Amino acid sequence: MKKNIILSGVGGQGILSIATVIGEAATQCGLHLKQAEVHGMSQRGGDVQSNLRLSTEPIYSDLIPMGQADLIISMEPMEALRYLPYLNKDGWIVSSSKPLVNIPNYPDESDLMAELKALPHTTTCDIEVLAKDNGIPKSANMILLGMAAKAIDILTPQQLLDAIARVFAAKGEKVVNDNIQAFDIGQKIAS
Amino acid sequence: MKHKLLLGDEAVALGAIHAGLSGVYAYPGTPSTEITEYIQNNELACRRGVHSRWCCNEKTAMEAALGMSYAGKRALVCMKHVGMNVCADAFVNAAITGVGGGLIVLAADDPSMHSSQNEQDSRFYANFAMVPIFEPSNQQEAYDMMEQAFEMSEKMRLPVLMRMVTRMAHSRASVAVKDEVREENLFNLSEGKNWVLLPAIARKQYQVLLDKQPDMLQDAEQSQFNKLCLTEKKGLGVIACGIAYNYVQEACCDELSGILKVSQYPLPEQQIKLLAAKSDTLLVVEDGQPVVEQSIRGILGTDYHVKGRLTGDLPRTGELTPDNVAKAVGKKVKLTFEKAQNVVGRPPALCPGCGHRDVYNALNQVAAEYPHARIFGDIGCYTLGALPPFNSIASCVDMGASITMAKGAADAGLFPAIAVIGDSTFTHSGMTGLLDAVNDNANITIIISDNLTTAMTGGQDSAGTNKFEAICLGLGVPPEHVRVVIPLPKNMDEITRIIREEINYKGVSVIIPRRECMQTLSRKLRQKKIQQ
Repeated sequence: MKKNIILSGVGGQGILSIATVIGEAATQCGLHLKQAEVHGMSQRGGDVQSNLRLSTEPIYSDLIPMGQADLIISMEPMEALRYLPYLNKDGWIVSSSKPLVNIPNYPDESDLMAELKALPHTTTCDIEVLAKDNGIPKSANMILLGMAAKAIDILTPQQLLDAIARVFAAKGEKVVNDNIQAFDIGQKIAS
Repeated sequence: MKHKLLLGDEAVALGAIHAGLSGVYAYPGTPSTEITEYIQNNELACRRGVHSRWCCNEKTAMEAALGMSYAGKRALVCMKHVGMNVCADAFVNAAITGVGGGLIVLAADDPSMHSSQNEQDSRFYANFAMVPIFEPSNQQEAYDMMEQAFEMSEKMRLPVLMRMVTRMAHSRASVAVKDEVREENLFNLSEGKNWVLLPAIARKQYQVLLDKQPDMLQDAEQSQFNKLCLTEKKGLGVIACGIAYNYVQEACCDELSGILKVSQYPLPEQQIKLLAAKSDTLLVVEDGQPVVEQSIRGILGTDYHVKGRLTGDLPRTGELTPDNVAKAVGKKVKLTFEKAQNVVGRPPALCPGCGHRDVYNALNQVAAEYPHARIFGDIGCYTLGALPPFNSIASCVDMGASITMAKGAADAGLFPAIAVIGDSTFTHSGMTGLLDAVNDNANITIIISDNLTTAMTGGQDSAGTNKFEAICLGLGVPPEHVRVVIPLPKNMDEITRIIREEINYKGVSVIIPRRECMQTLSRKLRQKKIQQ
């Protein structure tokens, strides 16, 4: 079994934390894993992505071939669409619906959302508002991970929750609990 | 045997530590930065007191590492590919002197220029210096190779180049690491005249280097990292270098006559000839420039059909991907979804609140008052001043070039000639240019935009912090023309007034806008919060 996941967003949105949690869960249960990240100049407000590949068999390429991603998890709706040619025919897009407009020529928001929602398998949600309303404004990315949990079926939700607890342990109990709550909220949205 | 999830960079770092490293010498540069950072934070390296403080530039790093090698210890130098240009003098001559303790020079190339100004291939440098190259295909190999490369360096008494590319440096995978790690080398000063490259000695040493070449080749032919797999098929054979091997494997093409994986150079000529004899065409898959594609024509002759980047079977520029490699080995790529309609480019930008923003706002305001003002830029976050909304800088070439290009243009008659350089770039390669300008009394205005860190690469210590005024005064800039300002919108009137004054001064003046980088500042605040 194999899962190819593209994580996307804008530099500074915290996509690498999502990658770290999935990576931790995958390593813990002995899956093969490769995770290509973007460091450097793009991290200054540019588009960033991470290619995450999980498999029960050895993995060769660090990058996901086009047309072979099972899932795109995006912190930003236009950034979700950027990687569309990578998605396979049954692939899912799980994305924040809140545009981050830091460029003058950002596309029309309704056109953008219409294109995103016209795709066969899409889940979107304004995770930032949801995180704020629940008093966990820093944990929007874990809501997104919760929303994607069903599509990451190479791991169980419990394995992801355990990984959240380990990854955030150093930041204290409150941060761990906030992120677990966020994950649960995300799971409920997707179900 | 434990397993660790490591970036390619981290695998190199841990491999070096476990191979008995005594010092890493480096200047930060994407995609190589994380190697030194990992060693700085590694428990064993800290306990052993492995040297890991950042250097001013790649040349000082290379020379210090050579000194450590002279004293018998194992040393590692890390840099991004363009750093090889900076340390080339020391690197090439280290092949002539030879080494004492093992010396590995790690160059992380950046095909596709994700964070660089070119995509030069460091393997050319190793061929030029006539030293061996290791090029890992995956993170495990990156870890394992460090021990081998140190041993080879000591056996051959040569520096060894370890070449990586961005995708290897910045990709994580599980790595099996040793339970038992090697001790450091004992302190053991080199004897002999080989270290003194007077012409008479250098001629002898050059011959020594030439005499090592057959052994290097022999070693590469038998290397565990080079692997020739032949099939029953006849037709297309593939030579896959470093990370390219993964893409060829991923394409899973069963029509090939064979695959030669190359991860140690000089090129294993016998294995190439074997593959060529079994095939009617060879495809060379290599990330970066067509180094191997060019050189195998010398091994097989010009009649043999070789495909690669030069023939257009792979793109001439940009990094390899599983997609362009699949296409080159004849696999059809089937896509379900086309490119989306509502997607535009999102270039990087200076952070909100960044002091460089205020510097460019002030400079643009003043520069607009002159018909021919030019602002020469440099390498760092502030290179983004070339993009909208600033469109401020006219050049960005190499580390330190802002000052010297401004000087040359001023020599030619440009006024006002303004240079913008960051604090870390200034101590990397700007100081000598400033001395040239002072000695010539060049009519230039230099802005050292000081954010107290090496920001672009993630906030490493900057060599000149707290020393800039003293450095400028020491190099001879008149004290009344070394001005310090705080780049904030509320100070705009003061900053623009000072810029005008210094432009009007006929000679070298230095303005230092100083305010901490927003990234390092917010990181410190976050850490403080966690500690409370």
